[in-house]
Amino acid sequence: MTAETQAEQPAASDWPAPDEHIRDTARSLGLSDEQLVGFLEQMQLIRRFEERAAEMYTRRRIGGFLHLYVGEEAVAVGAVAALRPDDDIVTHYRDHGHALARGLPPRNVMAELFGRRTGVSHGKGGSMHLFDVERHFLGGYAIVAGHLPIACGLGLAAQYRGQDRVCLCIFGDGAVNEGEFHEALNLASLWKLPIVFLCENNLYGMGTALAAASATLELYKFANAYNIPGARCDGMNAVDCYRAVRDAVEHCRAGKGPAFVEAMTYRFRGHSMADPELYRSKEEVAHWRQRDPIVVLRTQLLNAGVLTEERAAQIEQQVEATVDDAVQFAEQSEPPAPSELTTDIYADPSHSHPATWHRRSAVGETTHAEDGR
Amino acid sequence: MTTTTDATATESSTPPAEPAGDETVELTIRDAIALALREELIHDEHVFLMGEDIGAYGGSYVVTKGFFDEFGPRRVRDTPIAESVIVGTAIGAAMGGLRPIVELMTINFSLLAMDQIVNHAAKILYMSGGQVNVPIVLRMVTGGGSQLGAQHSQNLEAWYARVPGLKVACPATPYDALGMMRAAVQEANPFIFVEHSLLYRLKGPVPKAYYTVPCGSSVVRREGRDITLVGYLRSAVLNLEAAEILAKDGIEAEVIDLRSLRPLDLQPVITSVQKTNHAVIAEDAWLTGGFSSEISCQIQEQAFDYLDAPVQRVNGADVPAPYSKELESLAYPNVDDIVRAARAALA
Repeated sequence: MTAETQAEQPAASDWPAPDEHIRDTARSLGLSDEQLVGFLEQMQLIRRFEERAAEMYTRRRIGGFLHLYVGEEAVAVGAVAALRPDDDIVTHYRDHGHALARGLPPRNVMAELFGRRTGVSHGKGGSMHLFDVERHFLGGYAIVAGHLPIACGLGLAAQYRGQDRVCLCIFGDGAVNEGEFHEALNLASLWKLPIVFLCENNLYGMGTALAAASATLELYKFANAYNIPGARCDGMNAVDCYRAVRDAVEHCRAGKGPAFVEAMTYRFRGHSMADPELYRSKEEVAHWRQRDPIVVLRTQLLNAGVLTEERAAQIEQQVEATVDDAVQFAEQSEPPAPSELTTDIYADPSHSHPATWHRRSAVGETTHAEDGR
Repeated sequence: MTTTTDATATESSTPPAEPAGDETVELTIRDAIALALREELIHDEHVFLMGEDIGAYGGSYVVTKGFFDEFGPRRVRDTPIAESVIVGTAIGAAMGGLRPIVELMTINFSLLAMDQIVNHAAKILYMSGGQVNVPIVLRMVTGGGSQLGAQHSQNLEAWYARVPGLKVACPATPYDALGMMRAAVQEANPFIFVEHSLLYRLKGPVPKAYYTVPCGSSVVRREGRDITLVGYLRSAVLNLEAAEILAKDGIEAEVIDLRSLRPLDLQPVITSVQKTNHAVIAEDAWLTGGFSSEISCQIQEQAFDYLDAPVQRVNGADVPAPYSKELESLAYPNVDDIVRAARAALA
């Protein structure tokens, strides 16, 4: 990486100091004090869950890749809070935070990381492929930008069936240079599909700086090329993420087509557990850590009198107990049975559409198509 | 939920019996496919078509002619030329409860959607632990022989047949085209429906009574005691012509049409080889790593002691498809090649 491209990278200092009037800001968005405390609690759950996951990874309880979301928690928590429970979510492989924010039980998420049959994907998906159909969490996907076209389909299904559900599609800054990103934005706009495209811009696609990978550093502007409204928000501030995604959801729900939000964020740890982080300086990381979304919100809530030290300690204790329980549950769960190697490859006919039973032959009937020939 | 394993063909759902009747009508493969699509559009609001030039244009192979006027732009959706988002949208729509049928124009273009087909459609049921199935039909035209050059003339269906989670149908008669398309739309899984460009005008009888043809049910087209000829799509047709020629020399060939590559029903082939002790496998696709290799291998695994001669493969030449008519005719197998291979096996 050249010095010039390094200089072009957005910096932590590009953002204003923490909002001193967080309570007023939240109220203007219709968020109660309890919801603000809930944001903090959820972020802490994600943080502690992942810190324990990292520990379990080094103890070899968790295999494969483990991509931690540490530092980016505000995006998941703020964005998911702006959804209805029946809105669909598809996301990328750094998906633990989104899953937990959506309310997937920490026990079953941890069990999935452990590869146990009690995991959300029955031990067959792993860290990168968390699924929970009941909670409309339709998957973490591990091909960069591969799930953006799928979001188009979920949006189409809602539109076609006359439902006002929206699809939240979360991806990273690395996805915007894939062809599938551009194909998906174009179709979504062309067909006015109800999709919130949420770009988590953490400034690095694996170890390659955004400035070395993208011809523009303002990724939300890509949306303008497809006649999609694009906006930026502070990805280190859950309230700001909530605001931006809420506006985007309203736009979609009103039938105006897709919306695009770019959340400026930063991951405090490596790309995965295997990353030695040779591509960025310790100073840069330290600088961003000063904007830690949890520390900042906690301080804000204490200063605003929304939270007491006592309550904060209580929450932290509760989070700790939840994560302990999740680890214990995963430890005690069984791996999938050997016979499960060959199940779930094909769905059985019970998954067929019930309309199967009402079909009849049209052979010999004159068709419109034949008339036209 | 319970699911079948990869090795087992899923039985297609049986619709209620209709009044039995032997009455048939003559249809081309093109008309048979169109008829199945039309039936599904009429009978199920969740079914819709999407693809390149299927609407206003009527389909580049004229399969969906008139559909746009009959069903409108909501059910018959023209798309941008963007294969990846076409297939991805179908996947998502299926996850959202719809029944998309996609036309990708040709199998060559499906390579731009390879990520969606192989990395996504084929994997989502498994990696979600059985929670999300993807009932989509992907129609694509395969095959060369029309002087369309190297980028429009490939036979790539066997690539997809390697992927667990996909089904790959290769109908070579109007009867199969109609029955398998009905089965495909009623499927619970990603279904690749391969249509050979040179077979669209092939005619055959189709019953008026309702029926389906399950994917994974090879069929004996002609019985014989001397040699087994195996094929699919165009080669299934060529094998029948080769059998006629061989019969004039008193050689009785048994001809088997695989009808689908995944699930692959090889039992009729094994049974046949146990009787004839000789086998020829013909396909338009390239020789190296072709599906004929898979079939040949399974024959020797399951019927080695019955073989009186090595299994013969008749494949397309290992070359990019040439444009020149003279060269192109050398690139794909013809009836004489199959006859020659059969005689070599029997020599």
